[in-house]
Amino acid sequence: FAGLADVSIAEDIPVEGEITVPVGSHSPDEDYSTLDEPVKDTIMRDLKAVGKKFVHVMYPKKSSALLRDWDLWGPLVLCVSLALMLQGGSADSKEDGGPQFAEVFVIIWFGAVVITLNSKLLGGTISFFQSLCVLGYCVLPLTVAMLVCRLVLLAGSGTVSFIIRLIVVVAMFGWSTLASTAFLADSQPPNRKALVVYPIFLFYFVISWMILTFTPQ
Amino acid sequence: AGPDTMSAPGAAAGGGRSGTAAEWGGFEDNMQGGGSAVIDMENMDDTSGSSFEDMGEMHQRMKEEEEEEEGEAGAAEEEDGEFLGMKGLRGQLGRQVADQMWQVGKRQASRAFSLYANIDILRPYFDVEPVQVRARLLESMIPVKMINFPQKIAGELYGPLMLVFTLVAILLHGMKTSDTIIREGTLMGTAIGTCFGYWLGVSSFIYFLAYLCNAQITMVQMLSLLGYGLFGHCITLFVTYNIHFHSLFYVFWLGVGGLSTLRMVAVLVSRTVGHTQRLILCGTLAALHMLFLLYLHFAYHKVVEGILDTLEGPNMPPFQRVARDIPVVSNAVLNITAKAMALTL
Repeated sequence: FAGLADVSIAEDIPVEGEITVPVGSHSPDEDYSTLDEPVKDTIMRDLKAVGKKFVHVMYPKKSSALLRDWDLWGPLVLCVSLALMLQGGSADSKEDGGPQFAEVFVIIWFGAVVITLNSKLLGGTISFFQSLCVLGYCVLPLTVAMLVCRLVLLAGSGTVSFIIRLIVVVAMFGWSTLASTAFLADSQPPNRKALVVYPIFLFYFVISWMILTFTPQ
Repeated sequence: AGPDTMSAPGAAAGGGRSGTAAEWGGFEDNMQGGGSAVIDMENMDDTSGSSFEDMGEMHQRMKEEEEEEEGEAGAAEEEDGEFLGMKGLRGQLGRQVADQMWQVGKRQASRAFSLYANIDILRPYFDVEPVQVRARLLESMIPVKMINFPQKIAGELYGPLMLVFTLVAILLHGMKTSDTIIREGTLMGTAIGTCFGYWLGVSSFIYFLAYLCNAQITMVQMLSLLGYGLFGHCITLFVTYNIHFHSLFYVFWLGVGGLSTLRMVAVLVSRTVGHTQRLILCGTLAALHMLFLLYLHFAYHKVVEGILDTLEGPNMPPFQRVARDIPVVSNAVLNITAKAMALTL
């Protein structure tokens, strides 16, 4: 910069120009505009993305597809369906002893936010929404467990049904925890994996507990 | 030396900068108009909002040029530091100025956001290894003997936070197996409120007392100490919510609860001078800690419900627990409990 000190330009010549660097037009919208395509195409594309992620959760392999294109549609759908299925779980319809819809919703999202913050504070390299996406999608096995529990409870609510429900919920809880660990643990420094896995374990444990103790009217 | 050259007076770009990358954005604000290419140093530090002055200055110069071009006589109005708005501006000038305003506003907002919403403030408190956490958990049950020398407390928040969440989970389990119905509130809300309220509230209260009693302890250390003290509570409640012997609970209350309380008290005593102060501080902490464990056990325990019902009868208080049908599986446990109660009574 010292060399520029003696540069001077005559006063009567206006100096103008752009300091900002022009951005190259690399955006994919340049190739095809998604505004003109039929609505069915848009919806099907999103649905296919969500469905692909569901498949990734059910067969957890180390793939980065779940992390790379994160979206929150899947977690929203799962959360809402789980909360709806957990309704009506009180013995007395006047007072609601089971979890309210808002309660389940808040637990899932607040718990996911806390786990994400925790993994970031421990030095994780994953971004906020990627982590939310993974945790939300890994609720899928527990939603399946809830469905199975409701079906089993239609048949009866004795000791046998309790044991079946216990086995199913425990298996799905293990599956959820393993699936989310497979995706999230890689982004942590290797000696701190246990510190990140424990809150995830607690989170899914609480959700499993809500599912297991659900008793319909 | 290398870094010092940037701050040497006379360096064209280095003076007065605090070194953050965002400050370089001041270049864009510094359109000097139709003048020279020399960078005006006094506008580099734009925390005083001098970018607005720049804008006003730039706008004024552009307006002057316009007026010269149109051949209008008269001095341009000097509106120092004030942004004129869209009135009286022609198309392109208006757009440029609006664009500048937007960029300036966005930059200042993102700077404020990164300053206040920075979770990196908490990062040092989460810098632990699993071995350390395990060691601290075990240490929290061992009272120290040396109270004449201030004991070291690790200011770490990961362990205490996880213990509070674990306590919430155990409490939920206890509430569910005792079929507690909370009329005004939700199960989850009550559990979280109780545990976090205890941890944060009692920590603050004891920190305030420590301030009064001249004890050497910081807030983070207090949070950490009390958080690890909840480990004893977790163990006790985990065992006694599943095995419903009353006498077993009292043994655990005195033994496990007492040990963790003794440890906290010993650490505090080692950091306080004076007998009265030590007595006040440690008495309060011991009382609150032990009573909390007692409260957690009795508030969410199924055997007590029968007693409450017979005592209160038709006059039910607003926050009430109603005994309900207990699932078939725990019938055996109920029988054992009934027998134990018959034995103790």
